[in-house]
Amino acid sequence: MLKYIDEYRDKKTADSIISEIKKIRIKDNINIMEVCGGHTLSILKYGINTLIPENINLLSGPGCPVCVTPNEYIDQSIELSGMKNVIIATFGDMLKVPGSKSSLQKEKENGRTVKICLSTMDAVKTAIENPSKEVIFLGIGFETTAPSIAVALKHAYNENIKNFSVLCGLKTMPDAMLALVKDNKIKINGFICPGHVTVITGSKIYDNIASNYKIPCVTSGFEPIDLLMTIKMILMQLKNKNIKNEIEYKRAADYNGNIKAQKIINEIFNEAESNWRGIGIIDKSGLKIKNSFAKFDAQKKFAIKVIQTNENPLCICGDIMRGIKKPSECKLFKKVCTPDNPVGACMVSAEGNCANYFKYSQN
Amino acid sequence: MCLAVPMKLIKIDGVKGIVEMGNINYEVNLELIEKPEIGEYLIVHAGFAINKINKEEAIITLGLFKEINENINA
Repeated sequence: MLKYIDEYRDKKTADSIISEIKKIRIKDNINIMEVCGGHTLSILKYGINTLIPENINLLSGPGCPVCVTPNEYIDQSIELSGMKNVIIATFGDMLKVPGSKSSLQKEKENGRTVKICLSTMDAVKTAIENPSKEVIFLGIGFETTAPSIAVALKHAYNENIKNFSVLCGLKTMPDAMLALVKDNKIKINGFICPGHVTVITGSKIYDNIASNYKIPCVTSGFEPIDLLMTIKMILMQLKNKNIKNEIEYKRAADYNGNIKAQKIINEIFNEAESNWRGIGIIDKSGLKIKNSFAKFDAQKKFAIKVIQTNENPLCICGDIMRGIKKPSECKLFKKVCTPDNPVGACMVSAEGNCANYFKYSQN
Repeated sequence: MCLAVPMKLIKIDGVKGIVEMGNINYEVNLELIEKPEIGEYLIVHAGFAINKINKEEAIITLGLFKEINENINA
């Protein structure tokens, strides 16, 4: 028995919630979007999308950190890996992501040094153990990951670890969600809000979307019963025309979030515009390292430039991450683009939309 | 990157902790949470504990599930 897990996977409870969902009966087609790779994985792994009425369409938004990272960033990291005495430190799922011409995996096979880290502190440790090398950590992720990168940078600063830096590609959720709300190619009727982003930020970041754009926002946990409950809560809001910002995942998330984590994020980073793969530049949707920590900012330290980036024109990752298309509508999906030979980032990560459709969906 | 599974804190050594899930132990950094205590369940993301499980809220949620099951079977 695993505490706080088994009870959220109980079949009888799941069946009861599904019956309740079916009783809500909304005639219109409803688009519910999640913006978290963990939710994408759970929905497809447990077949949640097949258990609910057909007019409820579950869409995967830009919630997988690797998937939203643009080619420009991948190309920069490959460029950095080619410098002398450099160790690229990264979370494992960045390895296979194709850039314009290569991937870190291919460069590693060609002899460049790429170390997989489970935590940012592994990267700091690598820097301490290799004083003659420059250790560059690939800092990608959302608000959930930002504080752990901030902690690593603060350690490097306090302990004067001169050979550690971060190539910062961090992104933040609220303005990206807002960009999707304003995108007239897709109508979103409800958001399944990301559970662990919310653990850090608090659910207050969704107030604007719920209050001013009248879109239900419900912060969800990751187990099948969490997701079914969240879908039920969104549908009830729509049925009762009582739109609000709610939390299903109350055992972990609250309205104000983790204040300690927010403080360290604000100490190290400034809000900035950010480039999202397939979506483009969104104002206030990223974090950059403050000038006072500039010597740990790989972008400034190495003045790296990439002149031109290329993407496969047939890859529709961008449309998929905006909920406009499903992976099965991509000409490359399962034919050319597979987990062993990914064309787009969405096929690489364990949290990627295409990777999960490939693994779990019949279509 | 995201282990969405709550893990039990079994050892604290400064800012480092050991958490267990089933028979597997992981090292986690505890710098992002307030006053961690042995026996608490933590949410872990990329090697960092990012919050504690709120026991009271978990009990309320389980009560809600029970109610749903009873209503359906009534």
